[in-house]
Amino acid sequence: MNLLDTLVQGILLGGLYALFAAGLSLVFGIMRLVNLAHGDMIVMAAYLILGVMNLLGLHPFVAVLIAAPLMFAVGWALQTYVLNRVLGDDILPPLLVTFGLSVVIQNSLLQSFSADSQKLTAGAIEAKSLALGPIAVGVMPLLTLVSAVAVIFALNQLFYRTALGRAFRATSDDATTAQLMGIRPQSVFAMATGIAMVVATIAALYLGTRANFDPSIGPARLLYAFEAVIIGGLGSLWGTLAGGIVIGVAQAFGAVINPEWQILAGHVAFVAILLLRPRGLFPRAND
Amino acid sequence: MTALLDIRGLTANYGDFQALFGVDLHLDAGETVAIIGANGAGKTTLMRAITGIVRPKGQIDLDGKTMTRLAAPDVLQQGIAMVPEARKLFPSLSVEENLLIGAHTRKGNGVWNLETIYALFPILQERRHNPGTALSGGQQQMVAIGRALMSNPRVLLCDEISLGLAPVVIRDIYAAVPKIKASGTSIIVVEQDIGQALKIADRVYCMMEGRVTLTGTPATLTRAAIHDAYFGVTP
Repeated sequence: MNLLDTLVQGILLGGLYALFAAGLSLVFGIMRLVNLAHGDMIVMAAYLILGVMNLLGLHPFVAVLIAAPLMFAVGWALQTYVLNRVLGDDILPPLLVTFGLSVVIQNSLLQSFSADSQKLTAGAIEAKSLALGPIAVGVMPLLTLVSAVAVIFALNQLFYRTALGRAFRATSDDATTAQLMGIRPQSVFAMATGIAMVVATIAALYLGTRANFDPSIGPARLLYAFEAVIIGGLGSLWGTLAGGIVIGVAQAFGAVINPEWQILAGHVAFVAILLLRPRGLFPRAND
Repeated sequence: MTALLDIRGLTANYGDFQALFGVDLHLDAGETVAIIGANGAGKTTLMRAITGIVRPKGQIDLDGKTMTRLAAPDVLQQGIAMVPEARKLFPSLSVEENLLIGAHTRKGNGVWNLETIYALFPILQERRHNPGTALSGGQQQMVAIGRALMSNPRVLLCDEISLGLAPVVIRDIYAAVPKIKASGTSIIVVEQDIGQALKIADRVYCMMEGRVTLTGTPATLTRAAIHDAYFGVTP
């Protein structure tokens, strides 16, 4: 039963990593942009939720409803005023800009909130669990996975069932021809980054309620997110969910063997999959 | 009467390379004009300049309104749609989605919608759930034409729609041109196939090395005159 328990806990943890990665996957899929500040923007969103909670005395699940549209605006403005200017045939300028942004965000958070660890306190729900047959499953981890599945499902519907999603895919295929259809790639990109930041805020909610956070933890979240996207196959959203779960399960089993191996096991799984399937589990056909 | 589309003294550069040297061209409402010329004559650059993909110098007026400085999405909004060279379908979109994206920002108020496009090219309805790029070349060209028509443009630009297609397929595609014309759209076709161009056009422009070297109606142009204008040799 211990094996089953470990497996289930790993899958639930994978939900959190998939949430980290979903926004990154969306942005990469549409504009081939790797946002190196993505992890720091998740941490920033966690501080934003915390600020809203403290200011208005709200529960984190309510505060996230206020923080999410604010983060959409942040993403929209970031894309419109900064990233659109550096996107082009050369992939290096946007990488450098987002790398710089990562440093700026970390230090701004450090200045504003100090290096003390913070937590989003959700009350009694944090300790609740459900007995599922022989194992007990925490309500919060379960909610995390359910949210991850819901987010990926919603993004897929957006991508494949709406006019905006059609514009996303057309712009991603061929931005010049998309302009002949009246599409403005720059506003499509701004919309995509805005949506990615909404997803990052949802990720921040579960990051902050699950464990402590401080201004320096962004880059490690980015690394997990990155690995999830690559394992899943670039540009595939369901692949990203699978990638998150692979890392979560690997970490859970690593921790069972030896607690020191938890993080390492996730990275080893990443390298192993990269060796066997260099393009990831579900690569998009036309990349 | 002023022309629907009036182009005067148009020049365009790719860096140091000048591709157009003061092109004058006009298109009246309801008219079909063919532009013929060899590779590198500047035909495609002219199309790209009109649609705002290439930023030209000179004057482009649509119905008296200046279009020269507009970006591509704004040009479409004003009612100029293009069937680009090599079709350029979106590979991640199905046939139907490729058509729908043509009406993403401009639907116009003409006859063209999914239903009338499928009536024009019935094969597309059968294959509407296939990826656009899974179709044969001729069918892809039909999608590209339908996609441009979905915005109900006032001016339809067709860049080399016969390129790389079998003669029988070309005939099928050109069979649609009179129907498009009947819907009230004015058309500019760029062609290397002179015979095809003379058959459908009200007027013909011949271009060579970035300049218009000959204009006239198919009835008045002799084979010899076109030959000279095309190759730049005087016998």
